[in-house]
Amino acid sequence: MSLSLVRRCCDTPLLRRVLQFKEYRRKIQSCNMTYTLLRHRWMKGLPVFSSRMLSTKTDKDTIDLSKFPVERIRNFCIIAHIDHGKSTLADRLLEMTGAIAKTDKNKQVLDKLQVERERGITVKAQTASLIYSHEGEQYLLNLIDTPGHVDFSYEVSRSISACQGVLLIVDANQGIQAQTVANFYLAFEAQMAIIPVINKIDLKNADPERVESQIEKVFDIPTEECIRISAKLGTNIEQVLQAVVERIPPPVASIDEPFKALVFDSNFDHYRGVVANIALFGGRVKKGDRIVSAYLGKTYEVNELGLLRPAEHPTQKLFAGQVGYIISGMKDVKEAQIGDTLYLQEHPVEALPGFKPAKAMVFAGMYPMDQSEYPALRSAIDRLTLNDSSVTVQRDSSMALGAGWRLGFLGLLHMEVFNQRLEQEYNASVIVTAPTVPYKAVFSSPKLIKEHGSEEITVVNPSHFPDRSVVSEYLEPMVLGTILTPDTYTGKIMTLALNRRGIQKNMVYIDDQRVMMKYLFPLNEIVVDFYDLLKSMSSGYASFDYENAGYQAADLIKMNILLNGEPVEELITIVHRERAYNMGKAMCERLKDSIPRQMFEVAIQAAIGSKVIARETIKAFRKNVLAKCYGGDITRKMKLLKRQAEGKKRMRRIGNVEVPKDAFINVLKRKEK
Amino acid sequence: MIRHALQAGTRALCRRRFSDTHSREVVEDVLERTESARITKQASLYVHWPYCLRRCSYCNFNKYIPREDNEHMMTECLQRETETLLQLSQVSCITSVFFGGGTPSLADPSTIAAVLETVSKRACLSDTAEVTLEVNPTPVGKSKLEDFFRAGVNRLSIGVQSLQDKDLEILGRDHSPQQALQTVAEARRLCPGRVSVDVMFGRPEQSVESWENELSELLRVCDDHVSLYQLTLERGTQLFKQVLQGEVTLPTEEVTAEMYQCARRTLHQHGFLQYEVSNFARQNAVSHHNRSYWKGTQYIGVGPGAHGRFVPVGEGGVLREARTQTLEPDIWMREVQQKGHATRRRIQLSHLELLEEVLVMGMRMTDGINNKHWELFSPHLGLHEVFGTSSDVKELLQRGQLILDDRGLRCSWEGLALLDSMLPALLVELERHVNQRLQEDDHAKGQTKRNSDLQ
Repeated sequence: MSLSLVRRCCDTPLLRRVLQFKEYRRKIQSCNMTYTLLRHRWMKGLPVFSSRMLSTKTDKDTIDLSKFPVERIRNFCIIAHIDHGKSTLADRLLEMTGAIAKTDKNKQVLDKLQVERERGITVKAQTASLIYSHEGEQYLLNLIDTPGHVDFSYEVSRSISACQGVLLIVDANQGIQAQTVANFYLAFEAQMAIIPVINKIDLKNADPERVESQIEKVFDIPTEECIRISAKLGTNIEQVLQAVVERIPPPVASIDEPFKALVFDSNFDHYRGVVANIALFGGRVKKGDRIVSAYLGKTYEVNELGLLRPAEHPTQKLFAGQVGYIISGMKDVKEAQIGDTLYLQEHPVEALPGFKPAKAMVFAGMYPMDQSEYPALRSAIDRLTLNDSSVTVQRDSSMALGAGWRLGFLGLLHMEVFNQRLEQEYNASVIVTAPTVPYKAVFSSPKLIKEHGSEEITVVNPSHFPDRSVVSEYLEPMVLGTILTPDTYTGKIMTLALNRRGIQKNMVYIDDQRVMMKYLFPLNEIVVDFYDLLKSMSSGYASFDYENAGYQAADLIKMNILLNGEPVEELITIVHRERAYNMGKAMCERLKDSIPRQMFEVAIQAAIGSKVIARETIKAFRKNVLAKCYGGDITRKMKLLKRQAEGKKRMRRIGNVEVPKDAFINVLKRKEK
Repeated sequence: MIRHALQAGTRALCRRRFSDTHSREVVEDVLERTESARITKQASLYVHWPYCLRRCSYCNFNKYIPREDNEHMMTECLQRETETLLQLSQVSCITSVFFGGGTPSLADPSTIAAVLETVSKRACLSDTAEVTLEVNPTPVGKSKLEDFFRAGVNRLSIGVQSLQDKDLEILGRDHSPQQALQTVAEARRLCPGRVSVDVMFGRPEQSVESWENELSELLRVCDDHVSLYQLTLERGTQLFKQVLQGEVTLPTEEVTAEMYQCARRTLHQHGFLQYEVSNFARQNAVSHHNRSYWKGTQYIGVGPGAHGRFVPVGEGGVLREARTQTLEPDIWMREVQQKGHATRRRIQLSHLELLEEVLVMGMRMTDGINNKHWELFSPHLGLHEVFGTSSDVKELLQRGQLILDDRGLRCSWEGLALLDSMLPALLVELERHVNQRLQEDDHAKGQTKRNSDLQ
């Protein structure tokens, strides 16, 4: 749930971290309700544990889960700003409890995806069950590794619904960062036990006292509750495990209730079908049981079940309060609906409330590089969205880029990670257009309201933007941004924020050098390059995070790009009136650089209505013939011409102007650094 | 069908060989009449002399600074390869010979004589056939001109390049403007009306004004043929490095465009007709050798790195091949000694690829491609069928850059300067129609087959 940038990562163009808080909070609230509700229900049939379960004889390396009654189970997660050491701590915890062998090679064991290891972030939640002895008793600690970024809040909220406490990690050198703040509130509002952990105390510049006082000042947690550790060196890890047992309450679940489990995640395995991650909210389940999906009403037989340590570790049974996986012959990921409730065929139960789907806030077009790759890309997107249902997919097509999709993401990082996974895991190369945000338009006449079935519509595709004349007002999504920075950069950052139409809400010193500022921004203003600029102007020291803050009326206009007077449909942009000139000029310049000279002059114009606000001109070729004798060698010339002829076939004609696909890509694509 | 055409061609050519009255006009006339047959029965010959005394700073041609005197062996190998390739091509007539390089005027005149003799032995080489030699206008080059003339050379192409001392130095040429003028004079004395001068524009620091002056000066001394080349910056040359490092700046595109148009106007005013993008002639002194490239006729390339385009009829071939000889002279010689030739690469040209070359080369001529010329290569798909319906082409016609009429397809005066922008569109159309025709033919064949199956 946290995210910030390591300076190492700052160099990569990909780290535009933007967070969405409100969304999150709203979700958390719903989770919270769920949670309380569940707790309530669990309490009804409260813990009457028969400490000795009937357990079948098992292999000696098989864990007898019946030995872990609810009171000796702890479900927790680790949350931290990026690179504050979450995954390293997870590695240590896994080693200490014997879940994995202790070697130097244990680096981010829970981060399985290539993109996770490369970026040092967690995208897909993983679960690991640890067995830990404390004061002569064996405890089952379920570590649910959550994504570090609120962009993945859908994953996070699913994971958190199975936890009762969190380890909030803060870097002893960097101190509290924007995402630390976000993470804290997330856990706080979910009423979870929070254990602050100050990591990297081995660093030369570590200043744990300062960080402790920051935590006290910002979060109101007494300094003595902080645990100082070095995950890298393994210092004080035992204390962390003790705190998990002592400070985090056990889950509230009863073995005597009928089996009831929440599907909080699922993976797809080509050979075994769906592998569902479940949290048991009651009863027990074993191999061979016939279970029902409340969502579909379909019945399945349990083929395999067990713990994740983090590798799958088959067991005979799973019991109330435990977390594990189950394979039950579901062949289609759609059958394993996240948030679904599973129960025994003979004991139907009321379904758990499940999850409210996250709302996409950043939209981008995705197109195959070559239309022949469309089917392959489609199946890649299908497969990826199976494991990430927070991505919304809509078919779209562009005259320039061909058939593709408009995908909605929770945030920018979410989008980038999705794109990177497409490329790395499915070997698909895609064109991703610059992200846009969903605007709203409020209709002025009852007739139009009736026509559209509502007073307000959400506009995702700029070409659907209704005309000013039929609209009483336009609305744009706003966010409340949190910026934490050393105070030397505040001046520059305030200028940047002002240029992005930001309105300062408050500014607090969290210690003698670091400032926390809150700004209200239009989402549109921070969605493309804000984070990069912030990072570069603060030498990587400022961190940024945001939460959604509803919609606000805005002076939005539709800007057209014209080539020799012909509008280019795919370049229609919705823009704030104040920003129209800069935006139009930038687009014209980028087009000028990427449209080749033609046999006639080409005027590139940005226009609002009939008013041209920016113009660039591409001069006509005066001479384009090679005055040279080839000495009989025309092979090279022929190759060049053939390549141009091939390229010509792929050009999009706008009026009489031939525009290569690259030009659209250059203008529409997110800018790479 | 092809074989049938070949036989017809052979007959026609035999007639020509005996009835030829050695007048250029008659040759032309017969060429037209023998039509497609001559495509495989005739060829021009390009002979590459790979050695230079020094490297010009802009040149990326295949040339070498000789380390030892191996001319004797070189001569033998050129003869041997000429013999082998003539046999392979089975051409009965060589219409022109061009000695290029490198610096072929460094070769001994006896070498030239030996090669020409070999050609005459293996094929018909008319006395009037154009035999061109590229000459570096140095005193040594000049002194050998007479001997070259005696050896059979009847056209001289003088690499003047520039009349500015400083420019010749930057270009790395080994002659002075004075020497160039003297060489041109001597050449004109020997081959009046058959001397060409090569000049280069777009040179470092050159201005439109200085180019105009230089051109006027040149026009006072030159013969009836001028080749105008734009300096193109080639990767890997000395000049490329200098430009990259900012030591030398080349004129902008705008300026070179102006230079080109200005030269075209000036030459026209002096009675020189432009007949190709880079070539101008008065008194009809066109280069037959180069024109045969643009007309899409066969050519045989002999010597290190030489390129050829011909049908290897001698080994049963029916498709034209793009052939390249081994680049490096020593290796080339070894291969010729071992196998009789040193063809390193041969690629068969499909019907479409052949037409593409015919189109690309033909459009460089101011006369463009006439219907008859096109029909020679594409008897079933006429110019109008290919280009008459395309909207892209229509636009070019409307803008007056391209002309498609009863004569055929050609560029307008303005259009010629923009040819490379028009060719992709023309190539797209050509490919579309040829492929479409192929599909129709396949379909028709399928039909016929089915019908015969039924019977």
